[in-house]
Amino acid sequence: MFPRPIERLTPARRNSYQAFLPFALFIWLLPLLAIFITSVRSAKDINTGNVFGIPTELRLWDNYSAVFIQSEAATYIMNSIMITLPTVAISVTLACLAGYALAIYKFRLALPLFFLFVAGNFIPFQILMVPVRDMSVQTGLYDTIAGQFLFHAAFQTGFCTLFMRNFIKALPFDLIESARIEGVKEWQIFWFVVLPLVRPAVAALSVLVFTFVWNDFFWANVLTQGEDVKPITAGIRALNGQFVNNWHLISAASLLAAMPPVVIFFLMQKHFIAGLTMGAVK
Amino acid sequence: MPATEFQASQISWMSRNKLVVMPWAFLIPALIFFAIYVVIPIFQSITLSFYEWNGLYDGDGNSTAIWVGFENYKRLWSDPKFWVSLKNNVLWLSLFMLAVPLGLFIALFLNQTVPGMRFYKSMFFFPFVISQVVVGLTFGWFYNPDFGVVGGLWKLAFCEETVNILGNVTFKCSRTPPDILSSSQYATYGIIAAGLWPQVAYCMILYLTGLNNVAVEQIEAGRLDGAKGWKMLWYLVLPQLRPATFIALVVTVIGALRSFDMIAVMTQGGPYGSTNVLSYYMFETAISEYGERYGYGSSIATVLFIIMLFFISYFLWRMYKDEKSVS
Repeated sequence: MFPRPIERLTPARRNSYQAFLPFALFIWLLPLLAIFITSVRSAKDINTGNVFGIPTELRLWDNYSAVFIQSEAATYIMNSIMITLPTVAISVTLACLAGYALAIYKFRLALPLFFLFVAGNFIPFQILMVPVRDMSVQTGLYDTIAGQFLFHAAFQTGFCTLFMRNFIKALPFDLIESARIEGVKEWQIFWFVVLPLVRPAVAALSVLVFTFVWNDFFWANVLTQGEDVKPITAGIRALNGQFVNNWHLISAASLLAAMPPVVIFFLMQKHFIAGLTMGAVK
Repeated sequence: MPATEFQASQISWMSRNKLVVMPWAFLIPALIFFAIYVVIPIFQSITLSFYEWNGLYDGDGNSTAIWVGFENYKRLWSDPKFWVSLKNNVLWLSLFMLAVPLGLFIALFLNQTVPGMRFYKSMFFFPFVISQVVVGLTFGWFYNPDFGVVGGLWKLAFCEETVNILGNVTFKCSRTPPDILSSSQYATYGIIAAGLWPQVAYCMILYLTGLNNVAVEQIEAGRLDGAKGWKMLWYLVLPQLRPATFIALVVTVIGALRSFDMIAVMTQGGPYGSTNVLSYYMFETAISEYGERYGYGSSIATVLFIIMLFFISYFLWRMYKDEKSVS
């Protein structure tokens, strides 16, 4: 192990390491802690410049409920859910199929097509912006929930296919060979042999795509106009204008917006990290 | 031909060619979807960059775009805002690279097995999970000279609190606190620093995973040979971390060139366009309050795309080499 395991060092070094850890974490998460404390302060604290002190009164419930009462936050959160979940379902499904095709069958276009999906992942959004927006306006998908999740699903299919193809490629090919010799149909191999084995990949992709799409801000601005279809990320920017310098409310709204991916991350940490670090080890 | 014979020939055609036909059956849905929303729009954007268009259609449903040749690109060349954005993109790219060594540093610091380590690792990773809009708002407040942390620290250092007869608190400061995001000199650095926070977390998790898989025997053998510290890191550990470093570089380059959310939230490109980058300038130009300028916007997008294409080609070439060495 590198660096040298701390257990092998002197007890003094070990203890100072363990004492330093919480301090380092405190510094690292200082912006978040500060904004959390701000989100439970009263307006009076904010105006008198009480930034570091203990809040004079705890306004957790008041501030967070004020966000819902004084703004469209509930609608925004609902919209985010209605955009994110179909995106996850569509892109992961399509990627299972496409990833299977690219990993299992040997045909000349397999590698170029795979690279097409990979490259699609890396392009700047701006190169898609005008045509996608124009197409959405033409087809009536502009300023709708469906318009947003259809785009996200298509875009995320690139990343998901990259992931699935590599995952399926790493499965033992003998499984498929022997099923073919037994005379099992191709779609049955996919359904009964491969699909049960890719469950961890499906889980990892679901949490990742959920987080990516929940946190999207650019497309929310490009594909929507009205408040009733905006997701929470675009919503809190609008709130930012509405709650000018009411930093306790802005903080509470921001933390609410950040919550769902955070909860999912802590619940499915293993899958999340496995997904993100794919390819980081050989 | 009798029905049964026809069926038989059909089945045998299918079974003879199933390895040719089946991959396409599995691929088609994803491919069509991806083509409509990703592949075709790239070419449409490039084409549009040679037109002038406000996004409108005439009564017959025909686009009102006018062919202008390289006019948009000529205009870009003499557009000071474009050059400021491009300069900021370079600044983002070079400073964002700090995320890679910083991530490695934190990963090395955390690569221990004391009790509660899992908790610490996931808490250090935490900033990456939060949306950039929230990170932007958080840092926007953090930098705020009146209500934020920077302002608060400043007051502790340079200000004296006085309470007047009415009981109102006022501050007398020997120096006015810095308003980082309103300064055309420092605002970009302020945003990049905010952007680095989640990016360092991402690089850290990549390196932590990499370190987990470093060959223990080699490290121990190195130790027996007296290697330690920097030498060990440079000659024994880093070579084994190459896949992690590669991915960290890829995601950092992409992240730097994609930076949009934080700029939109923290400064909207201001003050006076000093924090603009190509991605934001393109958005601002294409959908502005003064009407759509799709053609000019597309030319900015095309430039950004070409810059990205250099990196993408390099990444793909590396992946291609890896693929070849596997099979």
